[in-house]
Amino acid sequence: MTVSTDALFQCLLRLGDNTLILGQRLGEWCGHAPALEEDIALANTALDLMGQTRHWLTLAGEVEGKGRSEDDLAMLRDVWDFRNVLLVEQPIRDYGHTLMRQFLFDHYHLLMLRGLSESADSRLGDIAAKSVKEVTYHAERSAELIIALGDGTEESHMRMQDALDRLFPFAGELFETDAIDEDLAQHGIAPLPSSLRPAFEAQLDIVLAEATLSKPTDSFAHKGGRTGFRHTEHLGHLLASMQWLQRAYPGAQW
Amino acid sequence: MVKTPGATAANTNDQRPDTATIWAWLDDVPDPEIPVISVVDLGIVRDVAWGDDQRLQVTLTPTYSGCPATAVIALDVETALRQRGISAIDLHTQLAPAWTTDWLSDKGRARLVEYGIAPPNPKGGVPDDCPRCHSARVSRISQFGSTPCKAQWRCDDCLEPFDYFKCI
Repeated sequence: MTVSTDALFQCLLRLGDNTLILGQRLGEWCGHAPALEEDIALANTALDLMGQTRHWLTLAGEVEGKGRSEDDLAMLRDVWDFRNVLLVEQPIRDYGHTLMRQFLFDHYHLLMLRGLSESADSRLGDIAAKSVKEVTYHAERSAELIIALGDGTEESHMRMQDALDRLFPFAGELFETDAIDEDLAQHGIAPLPSSLRPAFEAQLDIVLAEATLSKPTDSFAHKGGRTGFRHTEHLGHLLASMQWLQRAYPGAQW
Repeated sequence: MVKTPGATAANTNDQRPDTATIWAWLDDVPDPEIPVISVVDLGIVRDVAWGDDQRLQVTLTPTYSGCPATAVIALDVETALRQRGISAIDLHTQLAPAWTTDWLSDKGRARLVEYGIAPPNPKGGVPDDCPRCHSARVSRISQFGSTPCKAQWRCDDCLEPFDYFKCI
């Protein structure tokens, strides 16, 4: 038996919506980052994520078979149809929060993409193998910065610990596993998110120790984004900005 | 495809340039971001072949997923081929195997150095030397540079900043 079309579609939306929403968030720093090099780095990371989004959402549209393009999926859906995790839709807040979110996401993302690059479905495998190269670079960079700022000045240490305390409860959703994930894993399409957690925690512990930061011990996790059950209020505001052109001028073409 | 009235399949075939000629034409198409190297030097043209239907099949691969030059490159390749009289062209995008800097040609690497960009170093993420004064004393300014494929470095001897073509 093959995997259900709906499971595959949901899987692709989860992948593409994560990179789309995080790419959009990073884009908010363009022209505002604390240093020119950081501005360029975030814009380049956002660009990689947007490129990956185009691959995932184009394939999602093909799999769905209703003629929806990458643009239709990105610009013409509303909050309840998005399947990104809550972590990526959180506001950028200060630079510490932006980098901490990136660090948590990058290390999950890298593990997920490595698993996906072995996918029984070569369409997913090809996109993942391409993305792994880009995300390896993102993960290297975010880990270096977490260490530099965590083990930096009193002020930078405090801000990074604040960011970790606020964002860590959003990391649990990355590894949430539901019936869709089990269907995909059984067919060798995608790794079970829960199976990635030990490697994630191990990597986190190494970097956080070097960064002199303490991982929160409470395992509470905010959930509801990747199932579409309940997003935070922040996603609606983000979409209002990202989709304003299609909302103001429906059907407008470049 | 426009067919000349009265042309037979045989002499249509005779008019088709061979693929080696087409590769040479494409080697004249500059990369839009780094115009000293061609799209062939960069390794993004993966295949050129005549299809059974007399249409030219050109396969391109993106460098980085989100590289804005990808669309421009596809347009430039098509324009260059049309200028040479080939109008029946199908462009394909291929993701696998994923693009790697190993595909950069030796000619391309030499041109990069002349242009002031340190070529990718397969031994690791560090340029061999400064492309201007060739000092090996170099340090990184930023992991990202002016395009997705480059990082910013600085020479500790001549003190000039330079681009390093990231090795992926």
